[in-house]
Formats: sequence, structure tokens, C-alpha cells
Amino acid sequence: MMTRTLRSAPLWLLYAFLYLPILVVIGMSFNANDSAYRWTGFSLQWYPALLGDAEIMGGLRTTLIVAVGTTVISVVLGTLLAMALERYLPSRALDAAAAAPAVMPDIMLAIGLLAFYTLVGIALSPVSVILAHSVFGIAFVAAVVRVRLAGMDPSLEEASRDLGASSVKTFWSVTLPGMRPAIIAGALLAFTLSLDEFTVAFFTASPAEPTLPIVIYSSVRFGVTPQINALATLLLLVSFIAVILAQRASRLGDSLRREGK
Amino acid sequence: MRALATVPAMTYLVVLMVIPLGLVIAYAFLTAGRFGGVQGPVTLDNVTRMLEPLYREVLASSVFNAGAATLIAFAIGFPAALAITRLPSHWQTAALIAVVLPFWTNFLIRTYAWIILLNREGLLNDGLALAGLGPIDFLYTRQAVILGLTYAYIPLMVLPIYASLQRLDPQLLEAAQNLGAGAWRRFRTILLPLTLPGIITGCLFVFIPSLGNFVIPELLGGGNSQMIGNLIRDQFLKSRDWPFGSALSLMVLALLIIIVMFQASAARRTRRWGA
Repeated sequence: MMTRTLRSAPLWLLYAFLYLPILVVIGMSFNANDSAYRWTGFSLQWYPALLGDAEIMGGLRTTLIVAVGTTVISVVLGTLLAMALERYLPSRALDAAAAAPAVMPDIMLAIGLLAFYTLVGIALSPVSVILAHSVFGIAFVAAVVRVRLAGMDPSLEEASRDLGASSVKTFWSVTLPGMRPAIIAGALLAFTLSLDEFTVAFFTASPAEPTLPIVIYSSVRFGVTPQINALATLLLLVSFIAVILAQRASRLGDSLRREGK
Repeated sequence: MRALATVPAMTYLVVLMVIPLGLVIAYAFLTAGRFGGVQGPVTLDNVTRMLEPLYREVLASSVFNAGAATLIAFAIGFPAALAITRLPSHWQTAALIAVVLPFWTNFLIRTYAWIILLNREGLLNDGLALAGLGPIDFLYTRQAVILGLTYAYIPLMVLPIYASLQRLDPQLLEAAQNLGAGAWRRFRTILLPLTLPGIITGCLFVFIPSLGNFVIPELLGGGNSQMIGNLIRDQFLKSRDWPFGSALSLMVLALLIIIVMFQASAARRTRRWGA
């Protein structure tokens, strides 16, 4: 027992490193004092205070619009891309192109898109952020859905066609239901990614309609406020729930697959 | 007919990724317009300007910070990944999710958390005060920047290392131990070479986003720990010198390509030795 505890000591060290700062933020969001550093007592006042903060609420609205738009584009195009790469047109060059947004330094994409928008005359707005975030989103959804497609038996689709179903009918009643867990997982990941993304949004958002991370950035630059702690706690909660849901959706897929075999 | 399925997504990626990157490359060799934007003539001025001592220093400091963060992330991440592979298998997925979970939370908030901890009036100094020490200015130092970069990207180090450790045959380590190899020797001659692809991937996953980052140097490093990302941001949003900003970002890309190629060839050499 002792040696086993000792053996996992590096893991506990990593967890302490990863979670200590997060726990401090959560703890300080319940601080009665408006100093961000000194604990003076328990209070819930900073949570309702968020609702009255016009900048934060505006940022939240823009961020939700952007995240929903990004999720829709990413799911539709990412799923199509995954099917094309996995079933119809396997190609290493296309594989590389589909994976590129995930490995490129985000600041390059950010300045490239700003230059592009300026050149062709696209005004900066929530729409320009949606278009930018979808570049990442498509790559993510495609990657998740491809893994699922690779594990699906293509003979099911062949059987459907042999029995006289049209391609469209086969897609709706065989391929799409098979991909569903991966699509849900991909959608949640694209949504979370967009919700938290800062660098690309910073360059492609209109100054009049900043996303929530941009609002946080501007406020954090000038110091720590308890309101931001409360906001941070809520955002942490949303991200945690989304990731756990995505995990469950894809694991649900695994168990269904096992039952099917 | 079915190949048409690739068209929408690929058109999207060409228009909103390939063309923008092409613009950055092209702008790097143009001249800044008087009111922002770019104009002719084609020039190498932006490239030669990067070699001025001021910019060389920022570049070197960026590589140092990103490199230090990568090394520390490896030093913490490798033993942790090893510890996960030794857990009972039904615990391993949960242990991995717990490592990745912070990565899926807001990056600004994770950086901001360190301001609370490292500040002169922060918790770390409170702890020191109890021991009769301090206060120490942790915040606004190069060390704080390296810590922030390590913290932000360490989950990306653990995942690929875990994946390659898991593929390793545990009998190799047992055999080495039975033959009398000590822990360091087992690490150097078995663990390290056989998991090198995962280690390299993990290192790149930490190094690449660290190098271009401008938020962590600004929030944790203050004004005196600029990295190349800060320079690029300023060229685009403050001084409106897009060509120079583009040239700087090309430099980042060139650096990354060189490192990827160097590491790939190092990995090939090690594999040959291993075989």
C-alpha cells in the first residue's frame, strides 16, 4: 500500500499543481471583502452582481452567439469532411490540411484572418469571429467523427443500399445514427473551444462587441476583482460539464458498439 | 459524385486558412502603408529589421521561456504519465480526464489564478509570512512567465507520453530489473528511447503554443518580459506595421519548422540505435 501511494506521488503532485490555482479562484469568489487577496468571510454577493454588469453580460451574449454559430458550421462541415476523408476520398494531403488548424500557432491564424478580412472588406463583428472559430471547429469535429466512422462497419451501409435504400435514405437511417455520439461529442468540444478561445477572437472581434474572454482580459489587465472570480467559477463549471458530457457521449458510443458486435 | 462531400469543408479551409496564411507570407515582404495596411515596393527590410539587437533579444528570450516551460512540463509530466499507467486500468481513463479537464477551462482564468497566488499580497506570500519570510515579488518576473506557460500547456505533455508508455511492453522493464539495471539505467535505455515519439509530440504541443503566446507574458511578466507574441500583437494592433508583424510571425513559423525537422531526425537516429 505504502509503495503504491509513493508510486502515484508524481500524479498527485501534478493534480495539486493543476487544481490549486483553480480552487483558489473558486474560493475567492465567495469572499465577503472586495479585495481579491484577503479572505474576510463568506458571501454570495458577487454572483448577483454579475447580472448587473453590462460589460460582462454583453460579452456573454456575444460569446454565446459566436459559440452557437461556430458549433453549427463546425458540425455540418466537419462531419462532411470526416465522411469524405474516411469513406470516399482518403488522401494524405487532405488529412494534413484538415489537421493543420489544430497544430498551427493561433496567432498566425489570427493575424492572417485580420489581414484577409481587411483586404476583402468583411467588417469585424460576431460573424467574423464565427468564421474564424469554425476553422478550428471543423478540424476538431472532423477528427472526432473520423475515429467513430473508422470503427463503424461499412457493410451496414452496403446492406442498406443492397436492400434498395437510396443514398440519402442510407445516410439518414444508417450512417447518421451511427455517427451520432461522435457528432454530439464534437459539437460539445467545438462549443467549449469557441467559448474559451481568446487569441483569434481578440484579433477578429469588433471592439464594440467583444467576446467574454476579451472582456475578462481587459479587466484582468487592470487588476483582480472578486466579480471576475465569480464569473470564472461559473465558466469553470460550464466547461467541466461540457467536457464530461462529451466524454459520456463518446463512451456511450463505445458501449453501443460493443453491444452491436 | 461522392467526392463532392469534401468540397464545402475544403473550400472553407482554403478561403479562411490557406489564403490568410498566404497573405501573412506576402505581407512580410511588403512595406507598411502610411495609415495602416500595406503597399509596395517588395522589400527585405522587415527581415533585416528582425536581426536588430532589440528584436534578437526578444526572440532569444521567447525561445528560452518556451524551452524552459517545455523542460519543466516534461519533468513533471513524464513521472505523472508513468504513474497513470501503473494505476488499475479502470482508473486510468478517469485519471487522464482529470489531467485534461483544466485544459478545457478558460485559459485566461487559469493564468489569472496565478496572479492571485503570486501577488505581493497573494497567498504564497501569506504562507511565507507565516514562516517569517518574504514578501517576495514572484509576479512580473521571467520565472512567473515560465510557470504560467508550464501550467497552461502541461496537460498536452502528459497525453502523448501516456499513449506511448501504454504501448510499452512492461516485461522489458522487468527483464532489465532482473538483470540488475538500476532505475536510472532502465529509464535511459528502455523508457526514454521507446517512448521518444510520445515525448517529442508532448514537447512540441507545449513548445508551439508557448512560443507565440502573448497573454501570459503580459499578465504574469508585466512590461519587462515581452515575448515575440507581444511584438506581433503590437505591430498589428498598436503601431499598425503589418508587414513587420507578418515577418515576425513568419520567423516563429520558420523556427517551429526547424525544430520539428530537427526533432524528427533525432527521433529517427534514436530509433536506429534502439534497433
